[in-house]
Amino acid sequence: MRTDDTDASTTKPSKRHQRAAMIAEAASGGLKTILIKITLLGIVDAIALYGLFTLFLQQQWIIFGLVAAVTLVVNWIYFTPGKLPAKYLTPGVIFLVVFQIFVVGYTAYIGFTNYSTGHNSDKAQAISALMSSAQERVPASPTYAVTVLDQFGTLSFLVTDPNGEVSLGSADSPLSPVNNATIDGGEGVGLSGYTTLSFQDILSRTTEITALAVPFSDDPNDGALRTNDGSSAYLYLSSLVYDEQADTMTDAKTGTIFTDTGDGAFVSATGAEMLPGWRINVGFDNFARAFTEEGIRTPLISVTLWTITFATLSVATTFFLGLFLAIVFNDMRMKGRKFYRVAMILPYAFPAFLSALVWAGMLSESFGFVNQVLLGGAEIPWLTNAWLAKISVLVVNLWLGFPYMFLVCTGALQSIPAELEEAATVDGAKPWAVFRLIKLPLLLVSVAPLLIASFAFNFNNFNLIYMLTGGGPRDAAADVNVGATDILISMVYKVAFTGQARDYGLASAFSIIIFILVAVISVVAFRKTKALEELNR
Amino acid sequence: MMSVDGATRVIPLKRPFTLRRWFARTGWRHLVGIVMVVFSGFPLLYVLSASLNPQGTLTGSNQLFSRIGFDAYARILSTPEAPFALWFGNTIVVAATTAILTVFLGALAAYSFSRMRFTGRRVGLLTLVLVQMFPQLLAVVAIFLVMSTISDLFPAIGLNTQIGLIMVYLGGALSVNTYLMYGFFNTIPASIDEAAKIDGASHARIFFTIILRLVAPILAVVGLLSFIATTNDFVVASVLLIDPDKQTLAVGLYRLVSNPNYADWSAFSAGAVLAALPVMALFLYLQKYIVGGLTAGSDK
Repeated sequence: MRTDDTDASTTKPSKRHQRAAMIAEAASGGLKTILIKITLLGIVDAIALYGLFTLFLQQQWIIFGLVAAVTLVVNWIYFTPGKLPAKYLTPGVIFLVVFQIFVVGYTAYIGFTNYSTGHNSDKAQAISALMSSAQERVPASPTYAVTVLDQFGTLSFLVTDPNGEVSLGSADSPLSPVNNATIDGGEGVGLSGYTTLSFQDILSRTTEITALAVPFSDDPNDGALRTNDGSSAYLYLSSLVYDEQADTMTDAKTGTIFTDTGDGAFVSATGAEMLPGWRINVGFDNFARAFTEEGIRTPLISVTLWTITFATLSVATTFFLGLFLAIVFNDMRMKGRKFYRVAMILPYAFPAFLSALVWAGMLSESFGFVNQVLLGGAEIPWLTNAWLAKISVLVVNLWLGFPYMFLVCTGALQSIPAELEEAATVDGAKPWAVFRLIKLPLLLVSVAPLLIASFAFNFNNFNLIYMLTGGGPRDAAADVNVGATDILISMVYKVAFTGQARDYGLASAFSIIIFILVAVISVVAFRKTKALEELNR
Repeated sequence: MMSVDGATRVIPLKRPFTLRRWFARTGWRHLVGIVMVVFSGFPLLYVLSASLNPQGTLTGSNQLFSRIGFDAYARILSTPEAPFALWFGNTIVVAATTAILTVFLGALAAYSFSRMRFTGRRVGLLTLVLVQMFPQLLAVVAIFLVMSTISDLFPAIGLNTQIGLIMVYLGGALSVNTYLMYGFFNTIPASIDEAAKIDGASHARIFFTIILRLVAPILAVVGLLSFIATTNDFVVASVLLIDPDKQTLAVGLYRLVSNPNYADWSAFSAGAVLAALPVMALFLYLQKYIVGGLTAGSDK
């Protein structure tokens, strides 16, 4: 390798060297390069500034700080001379950190929360959502003249109360008096820094405006102003009363008291939960559920076993068929090998997601091609019987995967030197012995990493499972939506994104379990391949 | 010189052709070949035939090539609920942008790992290897939640936008591709850069005008593999893209036939043929490079 080069550059260059390098760099850069650099950085900075401005308006201080820090670091890297590696690495690293490393960490965090449908905001938001969902117009409410204002897409109400006092408020900030409003006919009609919505604007944004409830004061029990027409507003009071000291929610109509029991929702004495609740840290609850609740543990174990079985069998079947075909078509005397080769690669070239969908149609129980034509009208439940569905999944994956193994094995076979075979034959080895003792071990050395990669791919082969069977047939005994052919990743997807109740917390806990499984399997596989290489050395 | 005395020279007779010997040598191979061609080919023929069937149902598609017409193609291109042309365009835009940017960002990183020595280099390379073990789709829940936070702040790059989707893909593809390219960059002798440096070329000039040209084959392979992977992705795209007009082919076509018994099967088949043709053509055309790229990782 390039050891000499490494040695030379690890010794720190002297000051003179550095200066010479800098001068050389500056001299060779040229005006064009500098212009391109400044333009690109200018665009990046402009976007960052816009982002910072938006974050400032929305008062998202943590993200504001992060974006500001990253922008400063990027500018520092590209405007100071030297730091070459950083100049080349930064753009990629930013994406890698945010969308690969950070999201893995975030998954771990969500796994310890109760994040799900009905538990997806903080407590204050949950309280205001609860109260506004139970809002009713106060029958004796005075009429407030209102003007709808817009600032960067956020709507506000400029309210003139019956006494002629003008105040401003939006969904997030309660009404507060303003004194610099434009007054017309005793009503506030405009405010500097805000755009007054015209009649057309009001019509086109009706749903947004009618949904807007501006809190009357800091106390949520004081109610909110709402408007139906964009010109007059009425006071709406919630039938729920929030008691901040006792941290309870009382339904004024029935008198039921709901208390915060620490489970992320207000719960009544009889155990009735008020939704939406809010997000809380639940510690190892999700993992405890996964391992102790019968309705989750059983499917989790069977899904894990099936995932490993599916991945192993997929690799085995595709590899052996591919190897067999590679041997069969590796005979120089055979004519038309090229034709067979192209025909057999076709399944691999056909987009995988389409293949799974096409097979799903062909294997359909009552209308599919396989049952209707090939089997003469039989009604075999290829995708709806648990065992048949597993077999179907494996056969379809064989169809999808054997061309790859065929290509790889052909390449590996052809790279084995012919002398080895000749020498063995001269020594009297039979063809089978030549294959088993010479070709196969050599082939495995070069193919083993690909087999591991293929295992890893099939371990998370979401498309095939989800598009062919949807994970089904569904396991009726399970509390989560899983079926006989579900693999871990499709189970995570179904728990998090399908059905009425989306349980992000539980799904993330499952993800973490997969992470650990994958890590263990990788370590074992890595050791094994190393052993294999040593063996053949 | 051999002496030839006329009569004794024996010309080896060609052994007569017998079917049995032919079969034992290569004939059975053809038999295997034919079986495999049927196995690989019939689902594809079935799609083609279904797409040419003007009737819409799954049952109607069972008589292969019984009727031929292009009604299904007209239907898939004109149904407003299934904006196939938009899906196709979205897929091309997303996949091509992702491929180009992945190649560029990956090449930048691979160049610095391959040519420069700096603190953190070993850790960086190790991280790239480790990160590859955990495919991005395992974190799909977190990705969705992060993107929904982003779309509260910046709707233009959050959920339901193609820019957001591309950003997510870029993050997921970089580790594998950087590592693949890193291996290839190492095979280009460093003496080439050194010669250029002595001639006064800056690092940027060396990278853009010398190195990038020498590693063009791996750039093509990585770009193509990334394009294919993005086209096939369903998980992330289905979670991030909500609007039918914004969706990609994988998401759109899946929704179209989520229940094949009641779907317009011919229209789906027509869409599948249209979607698959360019990919297959590209694949068969660049077959050699792709196979080379697939095995590139295994040499080490």
